[in-house]
Amino acid sequence: MRTTWTLTKMRMRLALRNRAFLFFSLLMPLAFLFLYASLFAKGEPRAVGYLFPSVLALTVMGSFWGLSIQLVMFREHGILRRFRLTPVGPAALLASSILSNYVLTLPTVALEFVLVRAVYGVTTFGNLWGAWLFITLGIVTFAAFGLIVASLTNTMQETQVLNNAIWFLFLFFSGATLPLVFFPEWLQRLSMFLPATHLVVGLQFTLIGAVPVRSLGPEVVALVGGAALAFALSWKLFRWEPGEKISRSAKAWAAAVIIPFLLLGVWENALDARRIELQKIYRSLGERTSPLPEQR
Amino acid sequence: MSEPVIRVEQLRKRYGSVEALRGVSFQVQEGEVFGLLGPNGAGKTTTVEILEGMRTADAGLAQVCGLDPRRGGAAFQRQIGAVLQHTALPDKLRVGEAVELFANLYGRRRNLDALLERLGLADKQRAFYDELSGGQRQRLALALALVHEPRVLFLDEPTAGLDPQVRREIYEIIEELRREGKTILLTTHYIEEAERLCDRVAIMDYGKLIALGTPAELRQRSANTTRIAVRLAQPIEDGRLRQLDGVVDCRPISDGYLLHSQRPPQTIVALVKELEALGNELQSLEISAPTLEDVFIELTGRSLRD
Repeated sequence: MRTTWTLTKMRMRLALRNRAFLFFSLLMPLAFLFLYASLFAKGEPRAVGYLFPSVLALTVMGSFWGLSIQLVMFREHGILRRFRLTPVGPAALLASSILSNYVLTLPTVALEFVLVRAVYGVTTFGNLWGAWLFITLGIVTFAAFGLIVASLTNTMQETQVLNNAIWFLFLFFSGATLPLVFFPEWLQRLSMFLPATHLVVGLQFTLIGAVPVRSLGPEVVALVGGAALAFALSWKLFRWEPGEKISRSAKAWAAAVIIPFLLLGVWENALDARRIELQKIYRSLGERTSPLPEQR
Repeated sequence: MSEPVIRVEQLRKRYGSVEALRGVSFQVQEGEVFGLLGPNGAGKTTTVEILEGMRTADAGLAQVCGLDPRRGGAAFQRQIGAVLQHTALPDKLRVGEAVELFANLYGRRRNLDALLERLGLADKQRAFYDELSGGQRQRLALALALVHEPRVLFLDEPTAGLDPQVRREIYEIIEELRREGKTILLTTHYIEEAERLCDRVAIMDYGKLIALGTPAELRQRSANTTRIAVRLAQPIEDGRLRQLDGVVDCRPISDGYLLHSQRPPQTIVALVKELEALGNELQSLEISAPTLEDVFIELTGRSLRD
């Protein structure tokens, strides 16, 4: 544990000295916030409140990029080799990625809450503790996903290409950029298979609907299960040296991380409850009555 | 003799079709500075990396402080310190931070300022890794290897690619460690380094030890070989010089030829006659005692720099 924290401090220090990291983890999310709130929501507090969970989800999902690239760079430059001689195991290195992502993302998230309240006058945040839980789960889960990509790829370039491909999928089909209600039904159904959707749904329900976490069991289970599986797999696939190759069977193993989301996607589609509830939340926006959806 | 600190028996390692180690055996005693001398590709780094626990041998025994490097875990890692080849630190890590980081990873809190002072890095504490010169990086690597006061040090080509001046600075540090009684295994392809720093030297070539002894003992093996460096007015085929009486080896050097002879007087007479016949002229001739380089040439028929 102490080793993990020692590594975490070093990695946060390095991240804060990296301009690209600051740009992507601080400036980009804030730019998104202003874009959504001023342009799409036209500064109208209820509309801003409705889009805010999407902005938060984007910020939180940034951990997917976060420090996984740093780990690939460490391996590529022979830095991991040096750590291999010390009493540091793969688990500590991987955990330090997640932990530093968490500590570095929280201030941005907090800043977004403050801005949305101070600049756009959003005053109700529904179930704030529930939202905090989803923020935590989101950062951890998406950071763990990033670690799998880091384990599979050999160079930073490869990592970036693969990250981009997955990132676009998350971004556009999860409701993080365009709310799901605007999608055709088949796409809405498809999005139920994406981990990012569970994060967006969790944040929307807690923040807008003030829904208690116990009604969001499937989302919590999906994110926790995904994080645990992703961490275990990236541990199994961990490589110290740039020269070490990974086998095809190991790559196939990495695909196992989609299992919980596959199961949940099937289940959600069979039940078809979330989709309808999301539409209710959206419709309530236009009504004079409470913007809160009915609780289940 | 007490239990050796490093014990290597019949070590074998193959990379695909290349046999990197073909049965290497040696032992290093407590407080000894042991050198593996040989050209690139001789198997020095493979040997050291097996002993550090970074590679697995295909066959044979490797033991450090009585522990198996692959299974020793943290107990093993605390016993060894190492300067690796092909490694780096993050560019934006400061010298002071790096030393503190490694001390924390080992759970040690020794006087880090004194350590940096000793390695001549005291005024570089705030410098980023990417601002350091090659020599400074190597001194930092030594500091990180020493931060937990290990019993054994592995130095893999600690001065490769450094200027002669900087190389000597590193020698002084290693000599100080030697005086303190640290057990050190170092690899090198510099003769000077092996002669100056090592108590015993193993000469390696193509995955085998071809000679082992103190530098003086090894030189003794070549006692009947003498170096004759000659400068001529005009170039000459080295094939002709090789045929001279007593000559076992001949190679061109920067401004002439280096002959190894087992009968220097006869060789010199033959040389003068040959030159006269060719209308060439001898401009200078220098005779010197053999070095480890000559031992290597004698054993392998090649120079270390080939």
